[in-house]
Amino acid sequence: MSENETPNNSGDLARARAKLSAPDAPRFWQSIEELANTKSFRNFLENEFPANGESDRKTFHIDRRNVLKLMATSAAMAGMSACTKLPSEKIVPYAHPPEEIIPGRPLYYATSFPYHGVSTGVLVESHMGRPTKIEGNPEHPGSQGGTSVFMQASILNMYDPDRSQSVLHEGRVSTWDDFAAAVGNARTRFMPTGAGLRILTGTVTSPTLAFQIQNLLKQFPQAKWHQWEPCDQDNVREGARLAFGRYVNTVYHFEQADVIVSLDADFLVNGSASVRYARDFARRRDLGAGASSNLNRLYVAESMLTSTGAVADHRLALRSSDIDDLARQLGAALGVPVPPSANASARIPSGWVAALSRDLGAHQGRSIVIAGEQQPPFLHALAHAINDKLGNIGKTVTYTEPIEAGPVNHLDSLQELVADLRSGEAQLLLVLGVNAAYNAPADLEFESAIRNAIAANTLRLFIHSGLYNDETAEYAHWHVPAAHYLESWSDGRAYDGTIGIMQPLIAPLYDGHSAHEILALFTGDVETSPHDLVRGYWQGRRSEKGKAFEDFWETSLHDGVMANTALSAISPPLRADFASQGGGQTLGDPRALEVVFRPDPSIDDGEYANNGWLQETPRPITRITWDNAVLISPATAAERNLGTGSYLVLRLGDRQVEGGVFVVPGHADNSITLHLGYGRRRSGTVGNGPGFNAYRLRTSSARWIARGVEIEATGKSYSFASIQFQYTIDFEGHQADEESVQAFNEHRDLVRITTMEEFQKDPNFARNPELEENITLYPKVAYDGYAWGMSIDLNRCIGCNACVTACVAENNIAVVGKDQVARGRIMHWIRIDTYFQGGLDNPGTYFEPMPCMQCENAPCEYVCPVGATTHSSEGLNDMVYNRCVGTRYCSNNCPYKVRRFNFFLFSDYTTPSLFGVRNPNVTVRSRGVMEKCTYCVQRINAAKIRAEEEDRTVGDGEIVTACQGACPTEAIVFGDINDPNSRVSKLKAQSRNYGLLEDLNTRPRTTYLARVRNPNPEIAG
Amino acid sequence: MAQIFHRSTNLISRLSIYGAVIIVAVLAFALYDLALSSWYTQQHMKLQQPVPFSHRHHAGELGIDCRYCHSSVETSSFAGVPPTQTCMTCHSQIWTNASMLEPVRASYRDNTSLEWQRVNALPDFVYFDHSIHVAKGIGCTSCHGQIAEMPLTERAGTLYMSWCLDCHRAPEKNIRPKSEVFNPFYAPPSNTHPVQFEGVYYTDQASLGRRLTAEYKIQPLKTLQSCSTCHR
Amino acid sequence: MASVGSHKPEPLIGPGHTFETVTDKISSIVLTRGTTPGWVFGFFIAFCLLMLLNLVITLLMIQGVGIWGIKIPTAWGFAIVNFVWWIGIGHAGTLISAILLLLHQTWRTSINRFAEAMTIFAVMCAGMFPLLHMGRPWLFYYLMPYPNPMWLWPQFRSPLVWDVFAVSTYFTVSLLFWFVGLIPDLATLRDRAKSKAGQIIYGMLSMGWRGSAVHWSRYEMASLLLAGLATPLVLSVHTVVSFDFTIAIIPGWHSTIFPPYFVAGAIYSGFAMVLTLAIPIRRIYHLEDLVTERHLDIMAKVMLATGLIVAYGYISETFMAFYGGSEYEYYMMMNRLAGPYARLYWLLIFCNLLLPQSLWSRRLRRNILWLFFISLVVNMGMWLERFVIVVVSLHRDFVPSSWAMYYPTRWDWATYLGTFGLFFFLFYLFLRFLPMISIVEVRALVHETNEEKVHT
Repeated sequence: MSENETPNNSGDLARARAKLSAPDAPRFWQSIEELANTKSFRNFLENEFPANGESDRKTFHIDRRNVLKLMATSAAMAGMSACTKLPSEKIVPYAHPPEEIIPGRPLYYATSFPYHGVSTGVLVESHMGRPTKIEGNPEHPGSQGGTSVFMQASILNMYDPDRSQSVLHEGRVSTWDDFAAAVGNARTRFMPTGAGLRILTGTVTSPTLAFQIQNLLKQFPQAKWHQWEPCDQDNVREGARLAFGRYVNTVYHFEQADVIVSLDADFLVNGSASVRYARDFARRRDLGAGASSNLNRLYVAESMLTSTGAVADHRLALRSSDIDDLARQLGAALGVPVPPSANASARIPSGWVAALSRDLGAHQGRSIVIAGEQQPPFLHALAHAINDKLGNIGKTVTYTEPIEAGPVNHLDSLQELVADLRSGEAQLLLVLGVNAAYNAPADLEFESAIRNAIAANTLRLFIHSGLYNDETAEYAHWHVPAAHYLESWSDGRAYDGTIGIMQPLIAPLYDGHSAHEILALFTGDVETSPHDLVRGYWQGRRSEKGKAFEDFWETSLHDGVMANTALSAISPPLRADFASQGGGQTLGDPRALEVVFRPDPSIDDGEYANNGWLQETPRPITRITWDNAVLISPATAAERNLGTGSYLVLRLGDRQVEGGVFVVPGHADNSITLHLGYGRRRSGTVGNGPGFNAYRLRTSSARWIARGVEIEATGKSYSFASIQFQYTIDFEGHQADEESVQAFNEHRDLVRITTMEEFQKDPNFARNPELEENITLYPKVAYDGYAWGMSIDLNRCIGCNACVTACVAENNIAVVGKDQVARGRIMHWIRIDTYFQGGLDNPGTYFEPMPCMQCENAPCEYVCPVGATTHSSEGLNDMVYNRCVGTRYCSNNCPYKVRRFNFFLFSDYTTPSLFGVRNPNVTVRSRGVMEKCTYCVQRINAAKIRAEEEDRTVGDGEIVTACQGACPTEAIVFGDINDPNSRVSKLKAQSRNYGLLEDLNTRPRTTYLARVRNPNPEIAG
Repeated sequence: MAQIFHRSTNLISRLSIYGAVIIVAVLAFALYDLALSSWYTQQHMKLQQPVPFSHRHHAGELGIDCRYCHSSVETSSFAGVPPTQTCMTCHSQIWTNASMLEPVRASYRDNTSLEWQRVNALPDFVYFDHSIHVAKGIGCTSCHGQIAEMPLTERAGTLYMSWCLDCHRAPEKNIRPKSEVFNPFYAPPSNTHPVQFEGVYYTDQASLGRRLTAEYKIQPLKTLQSCSTCHR
Repeated sequence: MASVGSHKPEPLIGPGHTFETVTDKISSIVLTRGTTPGWVFGFFIAFCLLMLLNLVITLLMIQGVGIWGIKIPTAWGFAIVNFVWWIGIGHAGTLISAILLLLHQTWRTSINRFAEAMTIFAVMCAGMFPLLHMGRPWLFYYLMPYPNPMWLWPQFRSPLVWDVFAVSTYFTVSLLFWFVGLIPDLATLRDRAKSKAGQIIYGMLSMGWRGSAVHWSRYEMASLLLAGLATPLVLSVHTVVSFDFTIAIIPGWHSTIFPPYFVAGAIYSGFAMVLTLAIPIRRIYHLEDLVTERHLDIMAKVMLATGLIVAYGYISETFMAFYGGSEYEYYMMMNRLAGPYARLYWLLIFCNLLLPQSLWSRRLRRNILWLFFISLVVNMGMWLERFVIVVVSLHRDFVPSSWAMYYPTRWDWATYLGTFGLFFFLFYLFLRFLPMISIVEVRALVHETNEEKVHT
């Protein structure tokens, strides 16, 4: 089929090559519409993914090879060797082949991943029209090739069988056409003014969508557009207003910053820019230059121990409500005119502020002070002022116009809507992908407001569009399944304003329709397709015309970004009087117990509640799966004699929820952290049930931080499925635990750590000279040709789990559920071990990603009775699923315990829609076989084959393992250690390089670069 | 006291002892032969196809290049089964109303796929890649047999792992000049039919094989036999 | 032990026994005693347990080994513990019948028959576990070297493959040995059987034994050869089993003391089981004059001896852990002594080390009830030992992030109980249909004792 390649595609291939110096690397799509619109492709997709499940049989036939691969091990179960007859198979070619598809070869397309309305560029791998894997887009400023857990797992949402699958009218199945008709009538009814027409959306950065909304508002002058985002940026926005008198968008440049002070901001993992920020931050944790490297220094003051706190050089466990005091003291120390805090805190250690301000002062223009989204507006204003004072503005901190199309205060906006619902002014409500009934502040009673308005028949028409038939959809007159972002045309802005185009990878599986289409119905231009809408919008906006525009459009689609569309920096003057507004209301009794609401690290604000991959991704630090918890500090737990597993009632005002306690070392005392997003009622089979709904405590007056929560033990107990913690820290006896915690670091040397000072004195601290030699009598095995190896930089890892999720997606790793996780049967091939040093109150926290070490002397290999795990000539520790009989001896003998066993039939063999997400190049393991990481051997082989065919050797960086590709901080590097010039060889040559449990002479191919912290000598500890 | 057993039982008992041994042995051999039999492996079995497509006619007599239909064989793991469109490029001109071809026309007309019976089906945990084999001078007929002489296509090999290993342990036995890969009539070198490669004439596979394995940089045997080369 | 027989004048069988009485006594149990209610009751219970095993196996095949408590890191649990325990029990039988035969220990004669039976049944129970604990048991044949179209062989460096050979050989030889020993007695039963069916069945089994001089000499030769074959097996089998652990690098497994210490442990638990069985049987079937107190006394001594070897094993293990200077070994031992499973460890020390010391006292050795109690305690102790070795070593090894607790599920227990069902099911059948004491050998014994009388 290569002959059929259109010229511009081979040209494209050439460009892709140039771009990613890897012939095998993503070969982008030039212009998707060719593909999306060819009849045969449509037909193919319809067969491939029938909107209604009736023709599953076809699904099996059409995607012959790919789908059959999913049955791989079921055949293996039958003992493929010589005791069953080989099954007969059908082979089903196209009648009319779609262009560009070469059966058996993946294609890559660039598109944009929307997170809280902000878009980040991604590349999507597609097999025979099935998107299967998401990678970061190196071209996109928000990603630069890195990804987050949400980006990685979002693809599973698309295939989610629980997605709403048809238009519902009054809860009965209806059609898009009927809906269109209904909207038509509504339009005529609301002509001309549109009074009573209300639209509720999340944050909107899509210029096209905004344009449509504006049109609609033009047509209906009295219609109103409301926005609600549960984990909103209101404080950030209002902070900007306080500081500058108007909304601005703040962009941080961590790569330029030597000193960073985070005031309760988890900027490395949380937020729509986190991937880029993590990358920039990590570049400054690089020790490539050895002792002379210029490390940055990170100070974090926070209540809950987050990833950001874990990698900090100095972390202060401070209640979120005490941060205000710290910030003001810091401001004052730096000469910013600021009134003292109304909530003075006794918990700020003396000398901290002084040392901090000295350090900041010494790095004028090369420092950043950043405040967390949950901190009050004034704190953000203060941070701006401090940055201004330090001359960071324009250097490490820049401002642009807001990236949102219509920046508003979401809370006010929602309150207004609720008021209108109650007063009966709102007669037609259109909700686009917002689940306010679940996540609106509890005191607004959004749900009852809707219910009453409908009952009173003031709300005549309530239209809901969303991926799921969720809590809000429950009340809608019309529910329209939304198209997943991988199914729809759109656009959006990145954190810095860069435009990214969203193009569909596949026709909507479940008759989904994008917001564009629905708004189009309202504005009356029913005919135009979403593609034409988006393209048309830009055609209107851009200066390029005709052919020039064609080229521009193709390039933008191909790259996934519109070149040079980042918003230009502005320099808004700091309001002189900002400080005067900082009187700050008291948060009440300082001794009262504080509660802080945060989005869940794995399922976010609840949007991903039905995503099994994310539910089973262990949260950083706590390592909990499938649950949220009442997170408290060891001291607070001891004081109120609670422990992990105690079951509590939490009362805040007249509201209450019940939840299980999980004790977190390093959590601020007298403070509780609750993760939002759980306790869903209508999220689907996966998300319904686990955890408790923290939104029920969250009121509009205290959306993030509240004091005065009362807790009361119910006497019941709750069991968590945490994959590490209950073992390494067991709250029956603190003392013992601190010892065992010590044991990890001091005796076992699993994580090797030092400070920059020490490192400069002894760069080889991590090495163990006597082990460098071959400590065995046996002759060393020679590996000529390739020798694959991996290096993991502990100084860069932020424990964000992106690698874990990526591995799950790439290697068809099964989800086992809470019960099985609790039984120690989680299937992840790579895990983020988390170790602590020092006491439980504010320990040093160390992440250690653990894939298979691919030992050269692998203990697992010689104990396997059937040779199902053997050594490849390139040093891989191969695992042959179809040979494995499941004695599990290999796992017992693996000192790293990275092998995983299918105790039951964990892989899903029954849900056709989930077959779609599987990687056809990796066997789906059946019951009773061992499995493990093999450095993504399918990728290695693909690259080798390509190289062999082109009669060359595999270039460095040509093979990127899933975990490496996903890592936002570039902590994982894979390559050929026989090539002295490969990146991995260079890293392994660093003095920080060490192998885990080297003294066992396993000769691991995966080695670590020791962690070097950069504490401020002025501050002890 | 009375005899319980007739004296003949002596014989029976002896026989039963030796018999047991023999029966077990025979059974074992029978089973193994069964596993290798074409009844079991479907080797040389003719399958019922929607259209009685003849490789002998198309590839042999007409001499159509393999790649005309199996178009992705050089670029993909999957050689590609021609879409109906490919058939119709000719059959819209010739044999336009042969009843034998009705299914093909129907497929083209109603845009429904032809459903062929798979002749060479590997277990799905085996990741065979066509492109690398043809790129390294393994000819179609090395695995697919004398395809140009098959009126109805049949499975030429057992597709057992031993069958694969036979070549992966000694690629020189089957390797041929790249120019000959798609030649369905290629015969290994012999004194009567020497094979010419880069000006040199070879009269035996051994020497040609040695030359070509070096020339085409065939991977070392231990790599060819590493599990992950075929299983993932 | 070799001298045990000599300086104990006390006879090995009760007074007044002639060839006739011996034969009557033993064969009557099978032929005339009939099926007693007691037997039926015991058999019924055993049968129920056997059905429980049946249920477990079915569930196991349908659902997978996940029904057990095993997990990562403790991927081996009860199944392996039980395997080692049962196979250990088997050893006494072979020891008694083979080694003691070669050493001409006459006291073995009256206990070797059912000791051997016990061996065979125990090995059956043991043999099931390696199969059941596999993730895909239907592929068990991958462990056997047989020509196949994959051109693959088992991985001979793996001790699990050695196990396959060791255990299967052991079972075959024991079975043959047992059967050959049975032939003359089967002939006796054939001749004495009243019912036609009995005559035919025993007749077939006795393979035309006529007791001619030729038969006898062949018989002697055969049993001598088999004894020769079986003797090394007593040592090799459990040595190989111990390799399953020593070959691995896990602290608590990787230890050179294991082979001797496992063999000793095996014989220890084996004799304990023989006592557990012998004591009730001699009572119920009134065999006190064939299985005399002296027998029990000697067995008690054997237990004491092997028990001390085992004790030495524990001590050297502990010593090496502290002396060896390996962080992991050290922690493993600390975890055994004071970790979450410490209770089990100390219990096992009590069962295998402390309590059996009471056997130094002749009075206690002669106290049947106490002896019975001890035998039970030692059986339990040896099971605990295997649990400590398998589970406690695994649950906390090198990387603390993967430490976990192992909790058996009810199916773990069901499987274990089920094997008791199998064991006693077979044993009851044995008691009912085969002579539980070797008539031939006891008669020989009568002969000897009579001669002794003459000379003194």
